[in-house]
Amino acid sequence: MPPVRPPVLPRTTPDERPARRQLLEQVARLEEELAQLFCSTWPRKGFEWDVRSRGGPRVLSLSELEELRDELAERVGKARRALSDRTYVEEQNRRLIEEMLLEPERHRWVRVGNEDIGEPGCKHWHVRPRWGVIGMLMSWWRVVISSGCPLAT
Amino acid sequence: MMDLDLQDGWVDPELADEFPELGLSYAAVDASPERTSKEVKERLRALSDRYTGGKVIHMRQDAIPWAYRVFYRQVGIDPDTQHTPAEGVALERLRAGGFVSRNSVDDALTIAVAETGVPVIALDRDKVGRAIGLRLARQDERLGPTRPLSARQIVVADEDRALAVLFGEIAEDAGVTPDTRHMLLAGLKVKGVPAISVEEALWMAAETLVEAR
Repeated sequence: MPPVRPPVLPRTTPDERPARRQLLEQVARLEEELAQLFCSTWPRKGFEWDVRSRGGPRVLSLSELEELRDELAERVGKARRALSDRTYVEEQNRRLIEEMLLEPERHRWVRVGNEDIGEPGCKHWHVRPRWGVIGMLMSWWRVVISSGCPLAT
Repeated sequence: MMDLDLQDGWVDPELADEFPELGLSYAAVDASPERTSKEVKERLRALSDRYTGGKVIHMRQDAIPWAYRVFYRQVGIDPDTQHTPAEGVALERLRAGGFVSRNSVDDALTIAVAETGVPVIALDRDKVGRAIGLRLARQDERLGPTRPLSARQIVVADEDRALAVLFGEIAEDAGVTPDTRHMLLAGLKVKGVPAISVEEALWMAAETLVEAR
């Protein structure tokens, strides 16, 4: 039976530095992506941006840096998906406005606001009958475009 | 023309190893807190006009505010909860409808941050040591006589003690008070921020303070 050799122990502790550098770089890149997404989403509301604080300012441990990187990546991913879903719906709403303008009688009472197409302001497009009840009876429909936000009270 | 002797603060080797481009520049200024002069108030008003909602939203994509956001993340601060100094003054401007004048020191620091994006703090020069720098807090160390610091928190310190938490509270026995006659202005440099911007911030704060006399 061959003699059992003792396990080889490392003479030096592993250097965390390259891993830490890379993680810090990744955090910087993800923060840049998050900032770009934040600016792209404006003026839309309802997005989540918070990535929890680690009780800083302090030097984070390797595992904390990994956690931070993963949370940032998850946040970026979620924000990107949410923005993509939102812009798809906005595109549909833009198309709806065009259809409303072309054939108002087929979109009776439909109302689309700036918020629905991802634009700032209170402008909206509303399909309403011309001359009230007479227009309703005669099927005279038109798109009324609002002039903006109501005055503050 | 005023004379300003800019100096580079020391950075603890462990901190320098983690953030090689981290730095602290400081300069002494002979000034005491005063009521804000008419000229400085006018300057704050003019500065207010340059801040709009759109500009503030896109600020986080500008190089210098972004660099501080990244550094906040890297040291475990959420910049959306505790805003970076540049974003902080911008949001305050939007909330208050303008930069509110408080006193010569606060106004000088606000102008420096708003113009350059670089955070500047003011300390009482007669209460701090000869050279200041950045290091990690020691075990059971306190900020001033009472406030306990968590171990390894990043602090601005002199040879003997912690003077301020980075981007945070200043020790009550090191900060500027109405009795202060000489100040030490310190600006923080992180990766992505040119040294000249930090110098510009210190010059701007110093000139505003001297102008207020």
